[in-house]
Amino acid sequence: MSKVLAVAEQRDGKFGSGAHEVVSVSARLAQDLGSTAHAVVLAGTGVSLDASSLGSFGAEKTVVIEHDALADYNPEAWVGALEHLIREGEYGVVVFSATTLGKDLAPRIAAHLDVPLATDVTAVDVSEGMVSVTRPVFSGKAFAHLEIDASPALISIRPNVFPSVESVAEGEVTTVVPDLNVSDFRIRVVEREGSSDGVVDVSEASVIVSGGRGMKAPENWSLLESLREVLGADAALGASRAVVDAGWRPHGEQVGQTGKTVAPALYIAVGISGAVQHLAGMRTAKTIVAINRDADAPIFGVADYGIVGDLFEVLPRLTDEIADLRAKE
Amino acid sequence: MDVIVCIKRVPDTEARIRIDGSGSSIESSGIKYDMSPYDAFAVEAAIRLKESLQGDGDVSVLTLGDSSSGETLRKALAMGADRAVLLNGQVSLDGLATAKALAAELEGSEADLFLFGIKAADDDQQQVGQMVSVLSGRPCVSGVSSFEIDGHTARCKREVEGGSEIVEVDLPAVLCITKGSNEPRLPALKGIMAAKKKPLEERPAQVSGSRVRLIGLSTPPPRAEGRIVGEGPDAVPELVRILREDAHAI
Repeated sequence: MSKVLAVAEQRDGKFGSGAHEVVSVSARLAQDLGSTAHAVVLAGTGVSLDASSLGSFGAEKTVVIEHDALADYNPEAWVGALEHLIREGEYGVVVFSATTLGKDLAPRIAAHLDVPLATDVTAVDVSEGMVSVTRPVFSGKAFAHLEIDASPALISIRPNVFPSVESVAEGEVTTVVPDLNVSDFRIRVVEREGSSDGVVDVSEASVIVSGGRGMKAPENWSLLESLREVLGADAALGASRAVVDAGWRPHGEQVGQTGKTVAPALYIAVGISGAVQHLAGMRTAKTIVAINRDADAPIFGVADYGIVGDLFEVLPRLTDEIADLRAKE
Repeated sequence: MDVIVCIKRVPDTEARIRIDGSGSSIESSGIKYDMSPYDAFAVEAAIRLKESLQGDGDVSVLTLGDSSSGETLRKALAMGADRAVLLNGQVSLDGLATAKALAAELEGSEADLFLFGIKAADDDQQQVGQMVSVLSGRPCVSGVSSFEIDGHTARCKREVEGGSEIVEVDLPAVLCITKGSNEPRLPALKGIMAAKKKPLEERPAQVSGSRVRLIGLSTPPPRAEGRIVGEGPDAVPELVRILREDAHAI
Protein backbone atom coordinates (compact mmCIF):
# COMPACT_ATOMS: atom_id res chain seq x y z
CA MET A 1 0.00 0.00 0.00
CA SER A 2 1.05 3.55 -0.55
CA LYS A 3 3.22 5.16 2.09
CA VAL A 4 2.51 8.35 4.01
CA LEU A 5 4.96 11.25 4.18
CA ALA A 6 5.03 13.81 7.01
CA VAL A 7 6.66 17.14 6.21
CA ALA A 8 8.13 18.04 9.61
CA GLU A 9 9.27 21.60 10.29
CA GLN A 10 12.27 22.41 12.44
CA ARG A 11 13.47 25.73 13.76
CA ASP A 12 17.08 26.13 14.82
CA GLY A 13 17.36 22.35 14.78
CA LYS A 14 14.44 21.80 17.11
CA PHE A 15 11.14 20.10 16.38
CA GLY A 16 8.07 21.75 17.87
CA SER A 17 4.73 20.17 18.63
CA GLY A 18 3.69 20.83 15.02
CA ALA A 19 6.33 18.38 13.76
CA HIS A 20 5.27 15.75 16.29
CA GLU A 21 1.64 16.21 15.25
CA VAL A 22 2.25 15.72 11.51
CA VAL A 23 4.32 12.61 12.15
CA SER A 24 1.75 11.18 14.58
CA VAL A 25 -1.09 11.77 12.12
CA SER A 26 0.94 10.23 9.29
CA ALA A 27 1.73 7.16 11.39
CA ARG A 28 -1.97 6.65 12.18
CA LEU A 29 -2.98 7.01 8.52
CA ALA A 30 -0.19 4.62 7.50
CA GLN A 31 -1.40 2.07 10.01
CA ASP A 32 -4.95 2.31 8.62
CA LEU A 33 -3.57 1.92 5.10
CA GLY A 34 -1.44 -1.04 6.14
CA SER A 35 1.70 0.81 5.07
CA THR A 36 4.45 2.86 6.67
CA ALA A 37 5.05 6.51 7.50
CA HIS A 38 8.15 8.47 6.64
CA ALA A 39 9.13 11.98 7.63
CA VAL A 40 11.10 14.59 5.75
CA VAL A 41 12.92 17.56 7.26
CA LEU A 42 14.50 20.38 5.28
CA ALA A 43 17.41 22.15 6.94
CA GLY A 44 20.47 24.26 6.31
CA THR A 45 23.82 22.50 6.04
CA GLY A 46 25.28 21.52 9.38
CA VAL A 47 22.20 22.21 11.51
CA SER A 48 22.39 20.01 14.58
CA LEU A 49 19.22 17.98 14.35
CA ASP A 50 17.94 14.96 16.25
CA ALA A 51 16.08 13.55 13.25
CA SER A 52 15.85 10.08 14.76
CA SER A 53 13.56 11.52 17.47
CA LEU A 54 10.76 11.60 14.89
CA GLY A 55 10.94 7.81 14.94
CA SER A 56 9.33 7.76 18.36
CA PHE A 57 6.28 9.51 16.85
CA GLY A 58 5.99 6.84 14.18
CA ALA A 59 8.33 7.73 11.32
CA GLU A 60 9.94 4.50 10.19
CA LYS A 61 12.39 6.51 8.13
CA THR A 62 13.30 10.19 8.30
CA VAL A 63 14.90 11.87 5.32
CA VAL A 64 16.91 15.00 6.07
CA ILE A 65 17.26 17.20 3.01
CA GLU A 66 20.22 19.42 3.71
CA HIS A 67 21.53 22.39 1.74
CA ASP A 68 22.83 25.90 2.46
CA ALA A 69 19.85 27.26 0.51
CA LEU A 70 17.43 25.53 2.90
CA ALA A 71 18.66 27.38 6.02
CA ASP A 72 15.86 29.93 5.68
CA TYR A 73 12.56 29.36 3.96
CA ASN A 74 12.72 30.17 0.27
CA PRO A 75 9.98 28.43 -1.73
CA GLU A 76 12.20 28.16 -4.81
CA ALA A 77 14.65 25.99 -2.88
CA TRP A 78 12.11 24.00 -0.88
CA VAL A 79 9.73 23.12 -3.68
CA GLY A 80 12.33 21.51 -5.91
CA ALA A 81 13.87 19.47 -3.11
CA LEU A 82 10.56 18.22 -1.76
CA GLU A 83 8.75 17.56 -5.03
CA HIS A 84 11.54 15.22 -6.10
CA LEU A 85 11.32 13.22 -2.87
CA ILE A 86 7.53 12.84 -3.09
CA ARG A 87 7.68 11.65 -6.69
CA GLU A 88 10.53 9.22 -6.04
CA GLY A 89 8.94 7.84 -2.88
CA GLU A 90 5.55 7.21 -4.54
CA TYR A 91 3.73 8.48 -1.47
CA GLY A 92 -0.04 8.12 -1.35
CA VAL A 93 -0.63 10.77 1.32
CA VAL A 94 1.49 13.81 2.22
CA VAL A 95 0.80 15.66 5.47
CA PHE A 96 1.96 19.24 6.05
CA SER A 97 1.52 21.44 9.11
CA ALA A 98 -0.79 24.40 8.39
CA THR A 99 1.75 26.93 9.64
CA THR A 100 2.72 30.08 7.72
CA LEU A 101 5.46 28.04 6.06
CA GLY A 102 3.26 25.01 5.39
CA LYS A 103 0.46 27.11 3.94
CA ASP A 104 2.89 28.73 1.52
CA LEU A 105 4.67 25.52 0.55
CA ALA A 106 1.88 22.94 0.24
CA PRO A 107 -0.10 24.63 -2.60
CA ARG A 108 3.07 24.94 -4.66
CA ILE A 109 3.80 21.23 -4.23
CA ALA A 110 0.17 20.42 -5.08
CA ALA A 111 0.33 22.39 -8.33
CA HIS A 112 3.62 20.74 -9.30
CA LEU A 113 2.19 17.28 -8.65
CA ASP A 114 -1.16 18.19 -10.26
CA VAL A 115 -3.22 17.16 -7.22
CA PRO A 116 -5.67 19.09 -5.03
CA LEU A 117 -4.88 20.20 -1.48
CA ALA A 118 -7.07 20.41 1.62
CA THR A 119 -5.79 23.20 3.89
CA ASP A 120 -6.01 23.44 7.67
CA VAL A 121 -7.82 20.15 8.26
CA THR A 122 -9.12 19.37 11.74
CA ALA A 123 -9.95 15.68 11.16
CA VAL A 124 -8.63 13.10 8.71
CA ASP A 125 -9.31 9.41 8.11
CA VAL A 126 -8.73 6.80 5.46
CA SER A 127 -11.23 4.20 4.44
CA GLU A 128 -10.72 1.78 1.57
CA GLY A 129 -7.79 3.87 0.41
CA MET A 130 -9.85 7.08 0.23
CA VAL A 131 -8.71 10.04 2.34
CA SER A 132 -11.56 12.01 3.89
CA VAL A 133 -11.10 15.22 5.84
CA THR A 134 -12.97 17.83 7.81
CA ARG A 135 -11.85 21.41 7.44
CA PRO A 136 -13.21 24.77 8.57
CA VAL A 137 -14.81 27.10 6.04
CA PHE A 138 -16.10 30.65 6.53
CA SER A 139 -13.37 31.04 9.19
CA GLY A 140 -14.78 28.29 11.32
CA LYS A 141 -18.45 29.28 11.09
CA ALA A 142 -18.96 25.92 9.34
CA PHE A 143 -17.05 22.73 8.60
CA ALA A 144 -16.79 21.00 5.22
CA HIS A 145 -16.51 17.22 5.02
CA LEU A 146 -14.58 16.19 1.94
CA GLU A 147 -13.15 13.21 0.09
CA ILE A 148 -9.92 13.70 -1.81
CA ASP A 149 -9.99 11.78 -5.07
CA ALA A 150 -6.31 12.02 -6.00
CA SER A 151 -2.98 10.41 -5.23
CA PRO A 152 -1.02 11.58 -3.45
CA ALA A 153 -3.71 13.16 -1.28
CA LEU A 154 -2.22 16.38 0.09
CA ILE A 155 -3.41 17.86 3.36
CA SER A 156 -2.15 20.44 5.84
CA ILE A 157 -3.27 19.94 9.43
CA ARG A 158 -4.20 22.72 11.83
CA PRO A 159 -1.65 23.04 14.66
CA ASN A 160 -2.75 21.99 18.18
CA VAL A 161 -5.73 19.93 16.99
CA PHE A 162 -4.20 16.47 16.62
CA PRO A 163 -2.47 14.60 19.45
CA SER A 164 1.24 13.80 19.43
CA VAL A 165 1.56 10.06 20.02
CA GLU A 166 4.95 9.01 21.34
CA SER A 167 6.29 5.48 21.73
CA VAL A 168 9.68 3.89 22.24
CA ALA A 169 10.18 3.09 18.56
CA GLU A 170 13.25 4.28 16.73
CA GLY A 171 13.48 5.38 13.14
CA GLU A 172 16.20 5.23 10.57
CA VAL A 173 17.67 8.52 9.27
CA THR A 174 19.10 9.25 5.85
CA THR A 175 20.54 12.54 4.64
CA VAL A 176 20.15 13.80 1.11
CA VAL A 177 21.89 16.78 -0.46
CA PRO A 178 19.79 18.12 -3.33
CA ASP A 179 21.16 19.73 -6.43
CA LEU A 180 19.95 23.34 -6.20
CA ASN A 181 21.07 26.14 -8.45
CA VAL A 182 20.78 29.18 -6.20
CA SER A 183 21.66 31.61 -8.99
CA ASP A 184 18.44 30.61 -10.77
CA PHE A 185 16.24 31.65 -7.84
CA ARG A 186 13.86 34.46 -8.67
CA ILE A 187 13.08 35.03 -4.98
CA ARG A 188 15.66 36.30 -2.47
CA VAL A 189 15.17 36.74 1.26
CA VAL A 190 17.15 39.87 2.11
CA GLU A 191 16.18 40.58 5.70
CA ARG A 192 14.46 38.88 8.59
CA GLU A 193 13.27 40.47 11.80
CA GLY A 194 11.73 39.24 14.99
CA SER A 195 11.29 35.66 13.85
CA SER A 196 14.11 34.18 15.92
CA ASP A 197 13.36 35.69 19.32
CA GLY A 198 11.78 32.46 20.51
CA VAL A 199 8.21 33.75 20.74
CA VAL A 200 5.78 31.25 19.29
CA ASP A 201 3.35 32.43 16.59
CA VAL A 202 -0.27 32.88 17.60
CA SER A 203 -1.39 30.20 15.12
CA GLU A 204 0.81 27.58 16.81
CA ALA A 205 0.69 28.69 20.44
CA SER A 206 -0.86 26.36 23.00
CA VAL A 207 -1.87 29.34 25.15
CA ILE A 208 -3.12 32.67 23.78
CA VAL A 209 -3.58 35.86 25.77
CA SER A 210 -5.73 38.04 23.56
CA GLY A 211 -6.66 41.69 23.99
CA GLY A 212 -9.44 43.84 22.58
CA ARG A 213 -10.69 47.38 22.69
CA GLY A 214 -11.35 47.06 26.43
CA MET A 215 -7.59 47.39 26.89
CA LYS A 216 -8.20 51.09 26.13
CA ALA A 217 -4.71 51.97 24.83
CA PRO A 218 -1.73 50.22 23.21
CA GLU A 219 0.57 50.99 26.17
CA ASN A 220 -1.64 48.80 28.37
CA TRP A 221 -0.45 45.71 26.48
CA SER A 222 2.38 45.42 29.01
CA LEU A 223 -0.27 43.88 31.30
CA LEU A 224 -1.04 41.18 28.73
CA GLU A 225 2.65 40.67 28.06
CA SER A 226 3.27 40.05 31.79
CA LEU A 227 0.53 37.42 31.84
CA ARG A 228 1.89 35.82 28.67
CA GLU A 229 5.33 35.61 30.23
CA VAL A 230 4.21 33.72 33.32
CA LEU A 231 2.28 31.29 31.11
CA GLY A 232 5.49 30.09 29.47
CA ALA A 233 7.24 29.75 26.14
CA ASP A 234 4.26 28.25 24.32
CA ALA A 235 2.12 31.30 25.04
CA ALA A 236 1.52 34.03 22.47
CA LEU A 237 -0.33 37.31 22.32
CA GLY A 238 -3.49 37.62 20.24
CA ALA A 239 -5.62 40.60 19.28
CA SER A 240 -9.11 41.46 18.09
CA ARG A 241 -9.72 43.03 14.70
CA ALA A 242 -10.70 46.33 16.32
CA VAL A 243 -7.30 46.86 17.93
CA VAL A 244 -5.42 45.78 14.80
CA ASP A 245 -7.49 48.17 12.68
CA ALA A 246 -6.74 50.91 15.22
CA GLY A 247 -3.03 50.25 14.71
CA TRP A 248 -2.45 49.20 18.33
CA ARG A 249 -1.21 45.73 17.42
CA PRO A 250 0.34 44.07 14.32
CA HIS A 251 -1.89 42.09 11.98
CA GLY A 252 0.16 38.96 12.68
CA GLU A 253 -1.56 38.76 16.07
CA GLN A 254 -5.14 39.13 14.80
CA VAL A 255 -7.52 36.29 15.63
CA GLY A 256 -10.73 35.81 13.63
CA GLN A 257 -11.78 36.37 10.07
CA THR A 258 -9.13 38.41 8.17
CA GLY A 259 -6.78 37.14 10.86
CA LYS A 260 -5.83 33.73 12.14
CA THR A 261 -8.07 30.88 13.16
CA VAL A 262 -6.62 29.25 16.26
CA ALA A 263 -7.13 26.17 18.40
CA PRO A 264 -4.99 26.55 21.54
CA ALA A 265 -5.40 24.57 24.75
CA LEU A 266 -6.18 27.83 26.57
CA TYR A 267 -7.52 31.10 25.16
CA ILE A 268 -7.80 34.07 27.51
CA ALA A 269 -9.91 36.87 26.00
CA VAL A 270 -9.37 40.15 27.79
CA GLY A 271 -11.54 43.15 27.00
CA ILE A 272 -12.89 41.45 23.88
CA SER A 273 -16.65 41.69 23.47
CA GLY A 274 -16.80 38.83 20.92
CA ALA A 275 -17.82 39.82 17.39
CA VAL A 276 -19.12 36.94 15.24
CA GLN A 277 -15.93 36.90 13.18
CA HIS A 278 -13.71 36.79 16.29
CA LEU A 279 -15.68 33.95 17.91
CA ALA A 280 -15.42 31.94 14.69
CA GLY A 281 -11.65 32.26 14.85
CA MET A 282 -11.17 30.92 18.40
CA ARG A 283 -14.18 28.83 19.33
CA THR A 284 -12.36 25.52 18.89
CA ALA A 285 -9.93 26.37 21.72
CA LYS A 286 -10.10 23.67 24.39
CA THR A 287 -10.62 26.06 27.29
CA ILE A 288 -11.79 29.65 26.90
CA VAL A 289 -11.55 32.26 29.66
CA ALA A 290 -13.16 35.68 29.27
CA ILE A 291 -12.50 38.78 31.32
CA ASN A 292 -14.88 41.63 30.54
CA ARG A 293 -16.69 44.33 32.43
CA ASP A 294 -19.91 43.79 30.46
CA ALA A 295 -21.72 40.67 31.75
CA ASP A 296 -23.81 40.61 28.55
CA ALA A 297 -20.81 40.54 26.18
CA PRO A 298 -21.17 37.74 23.58
CA ILE A 299 -17.72 36.41 24.52
CA PHE A 300 -19.27 34.92 27.68
CA GLY A 301 -21.49 32.83 25.39
CA VAL A 302 -18.51 30.75 24.25
CA ALA A 303 -16.32 31.06 27.37
CA ASP A 304 -15.98 28.13 29.76
CA TYR A 305 -15.06 30.43 32.61
CA GLY A 306 -15.62 34.14 32.96
CA ILE A 307 -14.82 36.95 35.32
CA VAL A 308 -16.98 40.05 35.13
CA GLY A 309 -15.01 43.07 36.20
CA ASP A 310 -12.44 45.73 35.52
CA LEU A 311 -9.63 44.07 33.58
CA PHE A 312 -7.12 46.56 34.98
CA GLU A 313 -7.77 45.05 38.40
CA VAL A 314 -8.30 41.43 37.33
CA LEU A 315 -5.35 41.07 34.98
CA PRO A 316 -2.49 41.93 37.40
CA ARG A 317 -4.04 39.67 40.01
CA LEU A 318 -4.27 36.81 37.53
CA THR A 319 -0.63 37.29 36.55
CA ASP A 320 0.43 37.31 40.23
CA GLU A 321 -1.60 34.21 41.13
CA ILE A 322 -0.21 32.20 38.22
CA ALA A 323 3.33 33.41 38.96
CA ASP A 324 2.88 32.26 42.59
CA LEU A 325 1.66 28.89 41.37
CA ARG A 326 4.68 28.55 39.09
CA ALA A 327 7.06 29.61 41.88
CA LYS A 328 5.74 26.84 44.14
CA GLU A 329 6.55 24.16 41.59
CA MET B 1 3.28 48.75 -15.06
CA ASP B 2 0.29 46.52 -15.80
CA VAL B 3 -1.36 44.69 -12.92
CA ILE B 4 -3.99 41.96 -12.90
CA VAL B 5 -5.85 41.36 -9.63
CA CYS B 6 -7.76 38.12 -9.11
CA ILE B 7 -10.73 38.57 -6.78
CA LYS B 8 -13.65 36.57 -5.41
CA ARG B 9 -17.20 37.29 -4.34
CA VAL B 10 -17.88 35.86 -0.86
CA PRO B 11 -20.43 36.24 1.96
CA ASP B 12 -19.77 39.35 4.04
CA THR B 13 -17.50 38.46 6.98
CA GLU B 14 -20.12 39.58 9.51
CA ALA B 15 -22.76 37.28 7.99
CA ARG B 16 -24.19 34.42 10.03
CA ILE B 17 -23.72 31.20 8.10
CA ARG B 18 -26.60 28.70 7.99
CA ILE B 19 -26.60 25.40 6.15
CA ASP B 20 -29.52 24.83 3.80
CA GLY B 21 -31.74 21.77 3.45
CA SER B 22 -29.37 20.02 1.04
CA GLY B 23 -26.73 19.85 3.76
CA SER B 24 -24.03 20.76 1.29
CA SER B 25 -24.49 24.46 0.66
CA ILE B 26 -25.25 27.54 2.70
CA GLU B 27 -28.49 29.47 2.96
CA SER B 28 -27.77 32.36 0.61
CA SER B 29 -30.96 34.31 1.16
CA GLY B 30 -30.45 37.24 3.50
CA ILE B 31 -26.69 37.11 3.09
CA LYS B 32 -24.87 40.14 1.79
CA TYR B 33 -22.04 39.30 -0.61
CA ASP B 34 -18.96 41.39 -1.15
CA MET B 35 -15.39 41.29 -2.40
CA SER B 36 -13.31 39.02 -0.15
CA PRO B 37 -11.50 41.36 2.29
CA TYR B 38 -7.98 40.26 1.34
CA ASP B 39 -8.82 40.79 -2.33
CA ALA B 40 -9.86 44.34 -1.46
CA PHE B 41 -6.37 44.92 -0.03
CA ALA B 42 -4.93 43.61 -3.32
CA VAL B 43 -7.16 45.87 -5.47
CA GLU B 44 -6.26 48.86 -3.30
CA ALA B 45 -2.54 48.05 -3.60
CA ALA B 46 -2.83 47.87 -7.39
CA ILE B 47 -4.63 51.20 -7.62
CA ARG B 48 -2.13 52.89 -5.29
CA LEU B 49 0.73 51.56 -7.38
CA LYS B 50 -0.83 53.03 -10.51
CA GLU B 51 -1.42 56.34 -8.73
CA SER B 52 2.21 56.42 -7.57
CA LEU B 53 3.22 56.06 -11.23
CA GLN B 54 1.08 59.06 -12.23
CA GLY B 55 -1.55 56.82 -13.76
CA ASP B 56 0.85 54.86 -15.89
CA GLY B 57 -0.27 51.28 -16.61
CA ASP B 58 -3.43 49.30 -16.53
CA VAL B 59 -5.22 47.61 -13.62
CA SER B 60 -7.43 44.66 -14.60
CA VAL B 61 -9.57 42.61 -12.27
CA LEU B 62 -10.41 38.98 -12.95
CA THR B 63 -12.75 36.56 -11.27
CA LEU B 64 -14.12 33.07 -11.65
CA GLY B 65 -17.74 32.76 -10.58
CA ASP B 66 -21.33 33.04 -11.69
CA SER B 67 -22.79 36.17 -13.26
CA SER B 68 -23.56 37.69 -9.84
CA SER B 69 -19.79 38.24 -9.52
CA GLY B 70 -20.22 41.07 -12.05
CA GLU B 71 -21.35 43.24 -9.16
CA THR B 72 -18.08 42.55 -7.30
CA LEU B 73 -16.04 43.38 -10.40
CA ARG B 74 -18.00 46.65 -10.78
CA LYS B 75 -17.01 47.54 -7.23
CA ALA B 76 -13.32 47.08 -8.14
CA LEU B 77 -13.87 49.25 -11.23
CA ALA B 78 -15.53 51.87 -9.04
CA MET B 79 -12.49 51.79 -6.73
CA GLY B 80 -10.33 52.60 -9.74
CA ALA B 81 -9.53 49.46 -11.74
CA ASP B 82 -9.59 49.98 -15.51
CA ARG B 83 -11.17 46.81 -16.85
CA ALA B 84 -12.68 43.54 -15.68
CA VAL B 85 -13.11 39.97 -16.88
CA LEU B 86 -15.67 37.55 -15.49
CA LEU B 87 -14.92 33.92 -16.20
CA ASN B 88 -18.31 32.34 -15.82
CA GLY B 89 -17.92 28.92 -14.21
CA GLN B 90 -18.41 26.83 -11.13
CA VAL B 91 -16.05 27.33 -8.18
CA SER B 92 -15.50 24.18 -6.09
CA LEU B 93 -13.38 23.37 -3.04
CA ASP B 94 -10.74 22.05 -5.45
CA GLY B 95 -8.51 25.13 -5.55
CA LEU B 96 -6.35 23.59 -8.25
CA ALA B 97 -9.32 23.49 -10.64
CA THR B 98 -9.88 27.21 -9.96
CA ALA B 99 -6.17 27.92 -10.41
CA LYS B 100 -6.13 26.12 -13.76
CA ALA B 101 -9.05 28.16 -15.07
CA LEU B 102 -7.35 31.41 -13.99
CA ALA B 103 -3.92 30.34 -15.28
CA ALA B 104 -5.43 29.54 -18.69
CA GLU B 105 -6.82 33.07 -18.83
CA LEU B 106 -3.49 34.58 -17.75
CA GLU B 107 -1.42 32.61 -20.23
CA GLY B 108 0.44 34.94 -22.54
CA SER B 109 -0.40 37.96 -20.40
CA GLU B 110 2.33 40.57 -20.39
CA ALA B 111 1.31 42.09 -17.07
CA ASP B 112 4.14 42.73 -14.61
CA LEU B 113 2.25 41.87 -11.45
CA PHE B 114 -0.47 39.38 -10.62
CA LEU B 115 -2.08 40.08 -7.26
CA PHE B 116 -4.27 37.78 -5.19
CA GLY B 117 -5.77 38.17 -1.74
CA ILE B 118 -3.94 35.64 0.41
CA LYS B 119 -7.15 33.68 0.90
CA ALA B 120 -10.82 33.85 0.10
CA ALA B 121 -12.97 34.45 3.17
CA ASP B 122 -15.33 31.58 2.28
CA ASP B 123 -13.14 28.54 1.48
CA ASP B 124 -10.13 29.71 3.53
CA GLN B 125 -7.88 27.45 1.47
CA GLN B 126 -5.05 29.94 0.97
CA GLN B 127 -3.74 28.21 -2.13
CA VAL B 128 -4.98 29.57 -5.47
CA GLY B 129 -2.36 32.33 -5.84
CA GLN B 130 0.59 29.99 -5.30
CA MET B 131 -0.97 27.37 -7.60
CA VAL B 132 -1.48 29.89 -10.40
CA SER B 133 2.15 30.97 -10.04
CA VAL B 134 3.36 27.40 -10.48
CA LEU B 135 1.02 26.72 -13.41
CA SER B 136 2.08 29.91 -15.16
CA GLY B 137 5.81 29.62 -14.37
CA ARG B 138 6.03 32.89 -12.47
CA PRO B 139 7.63 33.32 -9.04
CA CYS B 140 5.32 33.96 -6.09
CA VAL B 141 5.60 35.58 -2.68
CA SER B 142 2.69 35.05 -0.28
CA GLY B 143 1.70 36.87 2.89
CA VAL B 144 2.78 40.24 1.49
CA SER B 145 1.68 43.12 3.74
CA SER B 146 3.30 45.83 1.58
CA PHE B 147 5.57 46.07 -1.44
CA GLU B 148 7.54 48.51 -3.55
CA ILE B 149 8.54 48.22 -7.17
CA ASP B 150 12.18 48.88 -7.99
CA GLY B 151 12.90 48.37 -11.68
CA HIS B 152 12.28 44.73 -12.49
CA THR B 153 12.01 43.71 -8.86
CA ALA B 154 9.27 43.82 -6.24
CA ARG B 155 10.55 44.33 -2.70
CA CYS B 156 7.97 42.72 -0.42
CA LYS B 157 7.39 42.80 3.31
CA ARG B 158 6.16 39.38 4.27
CA GLU B 159 4.50 38.18 7.47
CA VAL B 160 6.16 35.09 8.91
CA GLU B 161 5.83 33.23 12.21
CA GLY B 162 6.43 35.73 14.97
CA GLY B 163 7.92 38.41 12.73
CA SER B 164 8.44 39.65 9.21
CA GLU B 165 10.95 39.44 6.41
CA ILE B 166 11.89 41.41 3.34
CA VAL B 167 11.86 39.36 0.15
CA GLU B 168 12.84 40.46 -3.35
CA VAL B 169 11.21 38.83 -6.33
CA ASP B 170 11.87 39.25 -10.04
CA LEU B 171 8.99 40.56 -12.18
CA PRO B 172 6.69 39.38 -13.59
CA ALA B 173 5.57 37.88 -10.31
CA VAL B 174 2.56 36.73 -8.33
CA LEU B 175 2.02 38.37 -4.92
CA CYS B 176 -0.55 37.11 -2.42
CA ILE B 177 -1.58 40.09 -0.34
CA THR B 178 -2.47 40.06 3.33
CA LYS B 179 -3.79 42.80 5.55
CA GLY B 180 -1.16 45.49 5.85
CA SER B 181 -0.80 49.19 5.70
CA ASN B 182 -3.51 49.99 3.20
CA GLU B 183 -7.17 50.62 3.97
CA PRO B 184 -9.27 49.78 0.89
CA ARG B 185 -11.12 52.87 -0.34
CA LEU B 186 -14.88 52.99 -0.52
CA PRO B 187 -16.00 53.71 -4.07
CA ALA B 188 -17.03 57.36 -4.42
CA LEU B 189 -20.09 58.34 -6.46
CA LYS B 190 -17.84 59.60 -9.25
CA GLY B 191 -16.07 56.24 -9.34
CA ILE B 192 -19.37 54.34 -9.35
CA MET B 193 -20.58 56.39 -12.33
CA ALA B 194 -17.28 55.95 -14.16
CA ALA B 195 -17.34 52.18 -13.53
CA LYS B 196 -20.53 51.83 -15.57
CA LYS B 197 -18.62 52.86 -18.67
CA LYS B 198 -15.55 50.70 -18.06
CA PRO B 199 -15.19 47.43 -19.98
CA LEU B 200 -16.48 44.29 -18.24
CA GLU B 201 -16.14 41.23 -20.38
CA GLU B 202 -17.94 38.00 -19.50
CA ARG B 203 -17.10 34.66 -21.05
CA PRO B 204 -17.39 31.00 -20.12
CA ALA B 205 -14.55 29.49 -18.10
CA GLN B 206 -12.86 26.18 -18.73
CA VAL B 207 -13.08 24.57 -15.29
CA SER B 208 -11.90 20.99 -14.85
CA GLY B 209 -13.88 18.63 -12.64
CA SER B 210 -13.35 18.86 -8.89
CA ARG B 211 -11.29 16.08 -7.38
CA VAL B 212 -12.39 17.19 -3.92
CA ARG B 213 -15.82 15.73 -3.25
CA LEU B 214 -18.01 17.65 -0.83
CA ILE B 215 -19.82 15.15 1.39
CA GLY B 216 -21.56 17.82 3.40
CA LEU B 217 -21.31 20.87 5.62
CA SER B 218 -21.88 21.04 9.34
CA THR B 219 -21.95 23.80 11.91
CA PRO B 220 -19.47 23.73 14.77
CA PRO B 221 -20.69 21.77 17.77
CA PRO B 222 -22.07 24.11 20.44
CA ARG B 223 -19.72 24.68 23.34
CA ALA B 224 -20.75 23.39 26.74
CA GLU B 225 -22.44 26.01 28.88
CA GLY B 226 -19.83 28.15 30.57
CA ARG B 227 -20.06 29.87 33.91
CA ILE B 228 -19.14 33.16 35.48
CA VAL B 229 -16.64 32.36 38.21
CA GLY B 230 -17.19 35.66 39.95
CA GLU B 231 -16.83 39.41 39.82
CA GLY B 232 -13.64 41.46 40.06
CA PRO B 233 -10.13 40.48 41.17
CA ASP B 234 -11.41 38.45 44.15
CA ALA B 235 -12.64 35.83 41.68
CA VAL B 236 -9.11 35.24 40.39
CA PRO B 237 -7.92 32.60 42.94
CA GLU B 238 -10.96 30.45 42.18
CA LEU B 239 -10.39 30.85 38.42
CA VAL B 240 -6.76 29.80 38.78
CA ARG B 241 -7.78 26.79 40.88
CA ILE B 242 -10.30 25.72 38.23
CA LEU B 243 -7.83 26.16 35.38
CA ARG B 244 -5.32 24.13 37.34
CA GLU B 245 -7.43 21.35 38.81
CA ASP B 246 -10.49 20.99 36.57
CA ALA B 247 -9.40 22.17 33.12
CA HIS B 248 -5.71 21.18 33.45
CA ALA B 249 -5.05 24.23 31.31
CA ILE B 250 -2.17 25.80 33.28
